[in-house]
Amino acid sequence: MSVKFGLLALFAEGPKYGYQLRTEFEARTGGTWPVNVGQVYTTLERLERDALVAAEGTNGEGRTVYAITDAGRAALVGWFSTPVADADRPRNELAIKLLMAATTPGVDVATVVQRQRTESLRLMRDYNSLRRAAEADDDEAGVLLLDSVVFALEGEVRWLDHVEATVLRRGGRLAAPVKARRTVRGPARASGSNAR
Amino acid sequence: MYRSGDVLVRALDDLTLEVAAGELVAVMGPSGSGKSTLLAIGGGLDTPTSGEVRVEGTPLRGLSPTALARLRRDRLGYVFQDFNLVSGLTAAENVALPRELAGASTRSARAEAVAALDEVGLAGKADRFPDQLSGGQQQRVAIARALIGRRRLLLADEPTGALDSATGQAVLDMIRARVDAGAAGVLVTHEPRFASWADRIVFLRDGRLVDTTGARDRAEELLSS
Repeated sequence: MSVKFGLLALFAEGPKYGYQLRTEFEARTGGTWPVNVGQVYTTLERLERDALVAAEGTNGEGRTVYAITDAGRAALVGWFSTPVADADRPRNELAIKLLMAATTPGVDVATVVQRQRTESLRLMRDYNSLRRAAEADDDEAGVLLLDSVVFALEGEVRWLDHVEATVLRRGGRLAAPVKARRTVRGPARASGSNAR
Repeated sequence: MYRSGDVLVRALDDLTLEVAAGELVAVMGPSGSGKSTLLAIGGGLDTPTSGEVRVEGTPLRGLSPTALARLRRDRLGYVFQDFNLVSGLTAAENVALPRELAGASTRSARAEAVAALDEVGLAGKADRFPDQLSGGQQQRVAIARALIGRRRLLLADEPTGALDSATGQAVLDMIRARVDAGAAGVLVTHEPRFASWADRIVFLRDGRLVDTTGARDRAEELLSS
């Protein structure tokens, strides 16, 4: 996903100016997705070019205020009603790296797993601390967002435990697969586009 | 602060762990890696064959059995997976026990116990017996017992092991609050979710400390990374 729909969604509440979008975007994403002002303005220009928002004049401070258009509303509804496609998810670099490690001679898989486990838990700890802060502030949306990060990292750590146990059971190494397997394509991936 | 070295079965080997006041350290590792031994040694329940354990600067080795018992009772709080409540005593009596053993009057010990039960969300359950309480409530009683008095070191061995996720979270909340108020805490857990409440996570394997997350970054650093 680009910042595009995230910003467009902010306009659903009413007209906004550029800098305000940045602050609100960061607040709404619970601090998990920092954006710079340049990114916000570039995206805003594209939204305006695509007629999804339109300039509405200036506010009291002389800042240009934009509002969502009907086309913008339709695009937003489309975004909310379309599930996130497999092609829009980043490749799982961790899984690929670990499986390469498990099938490459001379690599100590247990050490690779432990380094990653420490890093994943370090991140979990830091996000959990943000989550507790969000909870203390009664920021329910922020808590849910940080929950999603914590859940994902937890899944990662569980998978690492599983990899370690499996590889150790097999004597520290896995045989490299010889047969290519069909790739998985979800219905939403029919266009064949690759977002990343 | 603890230091511990080899023990007879070499459950721990060449391991140093210091826990500061106001710090919660989670200990993770596969079963048999020495996690529980570490807690038992840190809490003076077991004596290492070599190495030393110090609690607030006091080396445990030099203490008489009476002095050690007093230190365990007054300054250390334990939480176990299976609660370890005395079934013939009510919740309040269980919680008051360490205070009474420390010489507090029955009346003041009870007042402290009721306040501690209140703190863990069990106001009104003071006169129930353990078998009249749910698992989560029993663990809260055990936590109230571990927190009562001026406990400076909190040792928890899989405190969430027998609890559902929401209750486990509430238990961690209480441990965290006490640590934030200045106690030192050591939490043994195999659950990444609960370990992530700690300031530092250390990993044991075959009695050795194999890795650590290091101390907690400030949240701001996380955001700017």
